Amino acid sequence: MSGIVLPRRQLIARAGGLAAAAGVLPLLSGCDAINDAPAVRKILSMGEEMSRASQRALIDRGALAREFGRADLSPYFRPNGTRLPAGADYAAHVASGFADWRVRVTGLVARPLSLSMADIRAMPQRTQITRHDCVEGWSAIGGWTGVQLSHILAAAGVSESARHIVFRCADRLGDALYYESCDMVDARHPQTIMAWALNGAVLPIANGAPLRLRIERQLGYKHAKYVNAIEAVASLDSIGAGKGGYWEDRIDYEWYAGI
Amino acid sequence: MAEAETPVAPERPGPVRVYRHRLPTRIWHWINAATLLILLMSGLMIFNAHPRLYWGEYGANFDRAWLVIGSTPDSGYLRIGDYRIETTGVLGRWTDAQGAVQTWAFPGWATIPTRYSLADGRRWHLLFAWMLSIGLTLYMSWALLGGHLRKDLHVRRAEWSPRHIWQDVKDHARLRFPRGEAAARYGILQKLSYVGVIFVALPLMIATGLTMSPGMNAAWPWLLDVFGGRQSARSIHFITAWALVAFFLVHIAMMLLAGPVNEIRSMITGWFRLPPEKQA
Repeated sequence: MSGIVLPRRQLIARAGGLAAAAGVLPLLSGCDAINDAPAVRKILSMGEEMSRASQRALIDRGALAREFGRADLSPYFRPNGTRLPAGADYAAHVASGFADWRVRVTGLVARPLSLSMADIRAMPQRTQITRHDCVEGWSAIGGWTGVQLSHILAAAGVSESARHIVFRCADRLGDALYYESCDMVDARHPQTIMAWALNGAVLPIANGAPLRLRIERQLGYKHAKYVNAIEAVASLDSIGAGKGGYWEDRIDYEWYAGI
Repeated sequence: MAEAETPVAPERPGPVRVYRHRLPTRIWHWINAATLLILLMSGLMIFNAHPRLYWGEYGANFDRAWLVIGSTPDSGYLRIGDYRIETTGVLGRWTDAQGAVQTWAFPGWATIPTRYSLADGRRWHLLFAWMLSIGLTLYMSWALLGGHLRKDLHVRRAEWSPRHIWQDVKDHARLRFPRGEAAARYGILQKLSYVGVIFVALPLMIATGLTMSPGMNAAWPWLLDVFGGRQSARSIHFITAWALVAFFLVHIAMMLLAGPVNEIRSMITGWFRLPPEKQA
């Protein structure tokens, strides 16, 4: 039964050609033009605002993300994004076991701080086994130990006028350093911690050593890794391109990533 | 099929017209058709970001996936369990409009936008998810309060009889559609599929979608228990989406076979021309 039967691949290629001839492809690029139109971008962003406002209204400020037991841990916690920050600076920190790493706490605070990893480990600690949800769709369960961000903010005397907390990172992606931000509801949430340990061991480099954010009610890209500065601000307008995060600025990921 | 309860007026000139679809049904039908198309195509874009499905709470690249759309250096494939199908040209490995080979799971003609953009796929999906949720809530309320459910979609006791259902299956298979007065009412298969879509599949899409939201998990952790974890919810979301596609294909086929002009006109104007009874 060979001979006249076209191989499937060839058939599919012909079908594709026919579709193009029928004007499907110009139609598709028309769809992308709609996608890119500024007015459409504005309408599309309404979805984020509706999700943020309704989740903030619906979810108790202190409602906790589910915590799991050790039996539920992912066998391997998949790292994502930067796995090893480039540059001699970071390499030197790795070589010295992050002995000279400092986390500066600045902005709208009464007492700016410069915390060493020893300072951070000396603060009250919280351990939580939670599920990490990447924006791509996968999930991994890991156990995190660190200090509650609210504790650091209280130690620095964060001002009432602070509306957002900005997290600055040591990893450079393309042309800029990674950064993220959250509002004060998430900043003061009991499960929002600056973590230095994963599954009972010191945080691996690929997972953000020496210190990373855990912000459990939002997606993975909000969980800034390699954090070296925490800044309290009244507005995000003058930070980066003003959208509150590295990916938000570049490819229009939602700033509110609770969904 | 079921006998007509009231005989059609005899010798009426021209076709008998019945007011079949009320305004809320017509409006919701078309808004929902567009909304579901956008949700499907933007959803396939989101799937492309991680074309693997799992059961349970967690699941990432190092965990066993029950469904994978992937590529090798010269082919694309779909794997379900241990069963692998070559899908080169359509899934996993295909050629885009510019002639470049791409290895995203679903091809550009099936996604919004056509080029890879998880961010934009999410923007479309999460805005039109609101459209679906609000529209469905309003339509369900209207169907319950306005009598649509009771009068048109409610399955009568006699219709539940296996013989009656089997008869309707046979009639559909033989493309023997009801004529005359019987055509003014929904058959049992129609009722079951419309009720299934409105009250089961679409709410299931919304519920499993919300179960994937880390924010909603904190608000309603019981969602995770209902669906057996976030990754299970994602799998059910995907399966139900294709069940809706299957409904759509049958729906379109039935519309074409039953008379597309009359069917589409009735969903625009509300008025349906009853196919005349066959003269014995």
